[in-house]
Amino acid sequence: MRELPKVQTPYVDRAQQHEAGIMGMHIFLASEIMLFGGIFMAIAVIRQAHSQEVVEYSKELHYYLGAINTMLLLTSSFLVAAAVHMSRHARRKAVLALLVSAAFLGLLFLGLKGFEYWSEFQEGRLPVAGGMEKINSAPGRLFLNLYLVSTSLHAVHLTIGVIALLVVAGRIYTRRSALPQRSVVVETTAAYWHLVDIIWIFLYPLLYLAR
Amino acid sequence: MSSVTNHDERPNPDNLDDPGLSETKTERVSYLRAGHTLRSWLFTTDHKRVALLYMMSITFFFFIGGIAAAFVRADLLTPSADLMTNEGYNRAFTLHGVIMVWFFLIPSIPNTFGNFLIPLMIGARDLAFPRLNLLSWYIFILGGIFTLFVLILGGVDTGWTFYTPLSSMYANGNVVLVATAVFIVGFSSILTGLNFIVTIHKLRAPGMTWGRLPLFIWSHYATSVILVLATPVLSVTLALIAAERLFGLGIFNPELGGDPLLFQHLFWFYSHPAVYIMVLPALGVVSELVAAAARKPVFGYKFVAGSSIAIAVIGFLVWGHHMFVSGQSIYASAVFSFLSLVVAVPSGIKIYNWTATLYKGDISLDPPFLFAMGFIGLFVVGGLTGLAVAMLAIDVHLHDTYFVVAHFHYIMVGGTVSAYFGALHFWWPKIVGRLYSVVWGRLSAMFIFIGFNFTFFPQFILGYEGMPRRYHVYPEQFQVLHDMSSIGASILGIAYLMPAVYLYYSLRYGQPAGNNPWNVTGLEWTIPSPPPKHNFDEIPTVDGPPYNYPVRKEAKHA
Amino acid sequence: MNDFASAWPDAASAYASNVDLLALFFMALVVILSAPVFILMVVFATKYRRGKNADRTEPINRNMWVEVSWAVVPFLLILFFYGWATSLFIVHASPPSDALEIKAVGKQWMWKFQHAGGQREINELHVPVGKDVKVVLASQDVIHSLYIPALRIKQDAVPGRYTELWFNAEKPGTYWLACAEFCGTDHSAMTGKFIALRPADYSRWLAENGSDGSLAAEGEKLFVSSGCSGCHSPDAKVHAPSLAGLYGRPVPLENGDVVTADDQYIRDSILLPQSQIAAGYPHIMPTFENILSEEDVLKLVAYVKSLAKASEENLP
Repeated sequence: MRELPKVQTPYVDRAQQHEAGIMGMHIFLASEIMLFGGIFMAIAVIRQAHSQEVVEYSKELHYYLGAINTMLLLTSSFLVAAAVHMSRHARRKAVLALLVSAAFLGLLFLGLKGFEYWSEFQEGRLPVAGGMEKINSAPGRLFLNLYLVSTSLHAVHLTIGVIALLVVAGRIYTRRSALPQRSVVVETTAAYWHLVDIIWIFLYPLLYLAR
Repeated sequence: MSSVTNHDERPNPDNLDDPGLSETKTERVSYLRAGHTLRSWLFTTDHKRVALLYMMSITFFFFIGGIAAAFVRADLLTPSADLMTNEGYNRAFTLHGVIMVWFFLIPSIPNTFGNFLIPLMIGARDLAFPRLNLLSWYIFILGGIFTLFVLILGGVDTGWTFYTPLSSMYANGNVVLVATAVFIVGFSSILTGLNFIVTIHKLRAPGMTWGRLPLFIWSHYATSVILVLATPVLSVTLALIAAERLFGLGIFNPELGGDPLLFQHLFWFYSHPAVYIMVLPALGVVSELVAAAARKPVFGYKFVAGSSIAIAVIGFLVWGHHMFVSGQSIYASAVFSFLSLVVAVPSGIKIYNWTATLYKGDISLDPPFLFAMGFIGLFVVGGLTGLAVAMLAIDVHLHDTYFVVAHFHYIMVGGTVSAYFGALHFWWPKIVGRLYSVVWGRLSAMFIFIGFNFTFFPQFILGYEGMPRRYHVYPEQFQVLHDMSSIGASILGIAYLMPAVYLYYSLRYGQPAGNNPWNVTGLEWTIPSPPPKHNFDEIPTVDGPPYNYPVRKEAKHA
Repeated sequence: MNDFASAWPDAASAYASNVDLLALFFMALVVILSAPVFILMVVFATKYRRGKNADRTEPINRNMWVEVSWAVVPFLLILFFYGWATSLFIVHASPPSDALEIKAVGKQWMWKFQHAGGQREINELHVPVGKDVKVVLASQDVIHSLYIPALRIKQDAVPGRYTELWFNAEKPGTYWLACAEFCGTDHSAMTGKFIALRPADYSRWLAENGSDGSLAAEGEKLFVSSGCSGCHSPDAKVHAPSLAGLYGRPVPLENGDVVTADDQYIRDSILLPQSQIAAGYPHIMPTFENILSEEDVLKLVAYVKSLAKASEENLP
């Protein structure tokens, strides 16, 4: 085992530094929730104002692809939670395996999401140039616009999450982050990953299951 | 403190042995001398240096925003359009609003004095995340450069409120660029707020319990909560505006099934709490100044501390009072009006408690206290006229008139800017280690107060008489009051420049301040001025309440 | 300049005088609440100035009851004003049903008004004194706000929906009207005259500015020329709802909701026909979004409204 990491400037001991790191991430996540909150609000308002069209266009979304993606994310969250547990017990290899497989599930999600966009484009139901022959009402198009904006914003977050998981795995692999002393990096990344997961849990019914 | 600068003992620049001129021993080991290169400043993680970086940047933006205001006031000297075109005028007041709100008022006190003082006041060596702190300054600068870029490109003409569908479809300025600039600077706010919350939670010195925190810390805590929770809503709203302009998203466009009022709800959900971002730190500063001036604990510490939190929480529930005439439901309006009266209660508590603090105090009339007095007076007027526009029937008449302009300038400029100058005059000796001329300080406090009232009081009358805001040409009957306001603005402008002169002078010729020039309590006054790089040689232990001044008990009562 | 002598602005209606009264009393409250702060601050700063001899023994640092009282008492005082202001606001927000109706359209950068008889004016609004007048506001582009300072009222004109304001002007005269919501380049030029006339003068003005026909009559012409009658007339072959007697009635929608056929509903049905489809009818109505202006729509609404009145008259 390597030397204990040095405590950084403002801190007096490691416990304090650890707690501060976790708290900082939680506050950041609260901020992220408010960011998506604005979009949820917009979706809710449009749903209220044009319920008929929203339902009509929501029915055309590939809800089963969304369901598979939901399961992928839930599973990955489980893996990440397990990684946190293992990191506290310094089970380095288990942590590595769990983080990398969670990142893999995240990539699968992104791949499936990309396929979904592509098929929607083929069907003429994606509100981008050349892909919207089938969209023929303004509120319907608005709903699909919000669908595209919110899911792609989520995808950006997920991409950042995948990168973060891989970076943390890399640091643990090269032993730049020693376990269990630096388990805080696993914990904060996991917290971020769970949030991205939870946002999807809200987006999925809002967009795919509007009836 | 009246002998801060004795002119007979002014240091002689030709005499290198003069103790007032050369570096004192404290200064040689202070944060200011810990590295002399530009690099040592631009890559510093020392919260005190980051605070100074912020101070320089926001002073710069204050000047840019001030120049825009000068153009606006000069143009309003006559009822016709002579100095600027209609378009030019709209761009001038928009620029004034955008720069003053996001590049001066919001970062003003928190990012300078908050940054500098929070670790010192709670007995910490730095903020919880020093590198994040520096990053947040860089993000701020990036947003600022974007804004200057827009300025060079010709500006934007939507007003700082970006109301849709004007901003999303009809305006022909660089709306997307400005939205991007504000979007960027928002992340700087979020990171600063996050840093403060974690610092206050996790880095308090042993014995510094929540009940012993200076009130400055309490108000910054409340501010940070708003920064973290409200700013992202603005970010996403601005992103939606940009998407609307660039891709025709439609969410705010009624022709595409969107709702222009949704924008107002989202915008004010941020921007009303943002008012408290601007004023809560000022309330914290004034609590410190009043206690220090009276040499007494603040009357009703718990009420004053709790009122900051109450303002932050209730402040999230009053945004609809900006929309009484927008066509929102009258029941919603009635509820928002009521909640707006509720949020005034904690502010009222602060005002009355400060006044009670002065009772049987040992009051010094040094510049910081004069600024604090000015703050209290202007804040009372601003706050109570705010209640007037929270009254539904009155607001229907006064909404979007100069009455509202006067009201929020009393809070933002009369309040926050006065507190900013009060803080500057109080902690200047701590920050630079030198004393300034109190005589000039008192004069500038007085001139700022007079110039301010001269500028903005006439606007209350203008507003009640029906002068709408953002009007470039106006009926002749309003000219006298507009001219008074413009003359007042030039007094105010000069008064704002005065401190720059004598504070700069103090850097060169001021007497060394010593640890505690005002003879007040607080951890920041127990260490040398300017403080050493790591603030405390040893983390202090706190064993008493704040403002623990000796109580006189040699009673006269029989 | 001579107006400045009478610093208090003209009040042209009883409502305006009520607002003034409320504002004056509220200003008195402002003085009562702030005077102790100003006076005591100066008194204390003088009496307890540092270096001055004064009795500073036994200062108090807290007293819960004092603090609660100065939180609660001002609040209760303000609550009284809240009741006053809110009740006044509710009066302002509820136009009488028999009010004379005038349509207004805000457009960058002018106000267009249309009277029931079809008379049109730009940036001038003639109204009779002593009569309840309701102005229905629409916007052609951005948000505007019709502000008549002498009446102490304003209301935003929001694109995509109708808003309204009403008043009963008492004092004949010419007053100022303005756009209060920033609406772009020439915002400050979007002003005009509000002219309150004695009823006889108003009738004369209407006669002098007579138009080809009433608003409803113009609406009828549009109804034919825009092709509405092709489907909505009783003898049309297409299955479209008849509009006779529609106005003011409840309309069951396809999704199960029931809405009242008011101005807003009729407007939306013309411009956004897919959003609220009457139950039992096919989705075949095209949008007139980019074909009809807000003024045209207002005329059509007036026509549909007149059909309701006509069918009422036919009832026994």
